[in-house]
Amino acid sequence: MRIARMLLCAVVLSVLVAGSIVAGGQGEAAKSGKPFDGVSIRAVFPVHPWTDGVKKLLPEFADSTGMKVLIDEYGTDQMSNKIAVEFAAKSSSMDVLYVRPLNETKLFGKNNWTEDLSKYVKTDAAFDLPDFVDSTIQGLTYEGKLIGLPTTTERQILYYRKDVLAKAGVAVPKTLDELRQVAAKVNDPANGFYGMVSRGKKNILITQFSSYLHSFGGEFNEGDTAVLDTPEAIAAFKYYSDLLRNYGPPGIVNFSWPEAAALMAQGKVAMFTDADAIYLNVVAPDKSTVGDKIGFAVFPAGPAGSKPFNVCSGGVGMSSFSKQKDAAAAFLKWVAGKDVVMRLQVEGNSGARKSVWANPDSTKSWPADLVATINQSNQLGVGWDRPRVINVAEARDIISEPLLVGFEGGDVTAAVKATQAKFQALIDREKK
Amino acid sequence: MTSKNWFEKNVQHVFTLPAVVFVLLMVIFPLGYTLVLSLRNWNLTIFAPPSWIWLQNYVQLLGDLRFWAATLRTLAYSFSAVLFEVILGVSVALFLNREFVGKNLTKTLFLLPMVATPVAIGMVWLLMYEPSIGLANHLLKSVGLPPQSWLTSRKSVLASLVLIDVWQWTPIIILITLAGLATLPTEPYDSAKIDGANRFQILTRITLPLVLPTVTIGVLIRIIDALKTYDIIYATTQGGPGEASETLNILGYVLGFSYFNLGKGSALIVLFLAVVTVVSLGVLALRNRINSLVN
Repeated sequence: MRIARMLLCAVVLSVLVAGSIVAGGQGEAAKSGKPFDGVSIRAVFPVHPWTDGVKKLLPEFADSTGMKVLIDEYGTDQMSNKIAVEFAAKSSSMDVLYVRPLNETKLFGKNNWTEDLSKYVKTDAAFDLPDFVDSTIQGLTYEGKLIGLPTTTERQILYYRKDVLAKAGVAVPKTLDELRQVAAKVNDPANGFYGMVSRGKKNILITQFSSYLHSFGGEFNEGDTAVLDTPEAIAAFKYYSDLLRNYGPPGIVNFSWPEAAALMAQGKVAMFTDADAIYLNVVAPDKSTVGDKIGFAVFPAGPAGSKPFNVCSGGVGMSSFSKQKDAAAAFLKWVAGKDVVMRLQVEGNSGARKSVWANPDSTKSWPADLVATINQSNQLGVGWDRPRVINVAEARDIISEPLLVGFEGGDVTAAVKATQAKFQALIDREKK
Repeated sequence: MTSKNWFEKNVQHVFTLPAVVFVLLMVIFPLGYTLVLSLRNWNLTIFAPPSWIWLQNYVQLLGDLRFWAATLRTLAYSFSAVLFEVILGVSVALFLNREFVGKNLTKTLFLLPMVATPVAIGMVWLLMYEPSIGLANHLLKSVGLPPQSWLTSRKSVLASLVLIDVWQWTPIIILITLAGLATLPTEPYDSAKIDGANRFQILTRITLPLVLPTVTIGVLIRIIDALKTYDIIYATTQGGPGEASETLNILGYVLGFSYFNLGKGSALIVLFLAVVTVVSLGVLALRNRINSLVN
């Protein structure tokens, strides 16, 4: 017994020693060739197909540079809160972060929370700034400071079930009136099948609602004036809440995009409006049971035409408080570089690089009707999908109210009047 | 010699010093800092350096309907949850307070909800409450009742959350009551039996009054905890639909970390602390009253 134990000890010890020698040897070999050997940086990213794609490519990056990138993933809202809190605490543990241009460029820029990337971009041609779609760079620039490098672009589109619409003998809706008629026709709640789904959760629904609002000819605010109570805007509030109340799944107020996309992917709903950037969640075989039956179409036209949003939804930036800025810059160069953007786009993540979009190979594996839809939406799109104020989160909370009232069958017009006053008060407060 | 004398004279201070320092650092400092923040105008979206605005944050909050609605909601949630927990918990404890096969196993099973992670509980209940495929509506339908919207309607969301709280925290009342029952003297029961009291009289005239002081401790612990509930609500509704389940804790989070108004958020937390203190003092006074009545 005792001999057996001693033998075991000897074996364990020798394995440990041998292991450390091998590891040490590897380390030394790497030191010579890899610029960031042993360096480890931390990134805060959203739960998003883009993040999934980056994670898949990370081992390659680690192989070539020796750098380890730890990614913290959060739901979009939690991610933004987390990033702001780390900034306010001047935390040096976060090196790289995700920026939502329409929410955060101003906030990060004014507070000097993010490093101005211009100096890296100017000194290293590999960043190739002119190759990014111009509007995306504008969205990430604050008073001449480059807050981040654009990574994802999105347009609101209509997802629909080809088989369901064909069986019902209806065409793909081209207008919002047709959308409502089709939703009504295929809606079958008794059998757990719904005509329509889109976001219904407070705050989060505002970006998706924006395309309806704009297509009705409405707007959130014009400069310093809230314009939620125009007849056009009220009609949009009514239309969106009626549509989801009458033909949407129960519990719509708890639906963000993951819930809505899952419902579509599980074959429980006929139509879905959301960003094209999440199409993999709707059609990828590991996530969807009906992926091959899903079609894509341009956002239906309202009284003011088809006005889907067409925005740069995300970029990557560097924290001013990072102590490893060179390593962070190397990672940004890689993750927003042409090679990675191309490979992510091939997998279904629409990027912001002109050269990649110009290369037909980048969308070869995408559904043909999706590519056509994106090209058309690029012509029609509106460049913002949320109120253009400083306190975006608070404004989105406020503007959600009439829709929530509508989902419960309440008086939308009265709710809009109250909301208009609250939103105007927020804008007035910001002017001071 | 003198130094030894000093040490011996002050030994109680010397030994308690580390604990005092710890409390000062970990409790008093954050509290004091929150108090200081609550008097300043520190808003991450305003870009001006924080300035002293003294009581303005408080004035704004006290004039805000959203704050009062959240306060009422917090009180309604806590009191109704604890009320049900006490009624259920004491009943179950009385039932369990006898010898039967599998008593320990039963007690252990009752404790499971209490030790589970709140966020995990939130996710499970979110699925059970799901209006179209959830277990809750399935059960209702199977007994012929109409399906409910549970967490997805402003009317039912608070009651649905109370139900989760009751499910999770009734066990602690059971546990505390059982401990109280185990220490009851036997003499009053003997004399009651001799005097010919029936079981109902024994329960209402002897057992319940004697165990009441113990139960009030449970109530105190639970009410403080219920007022502070955050995890379950954030994991299920984040305060929604709209603001229908927004309690003070959730509102504090929204003000501080979603609207980045750290000053106002801190002021809210200070007011919240005042609410918790008032309620706790109330329950303590009640307990003293009960104790003096029982004695």
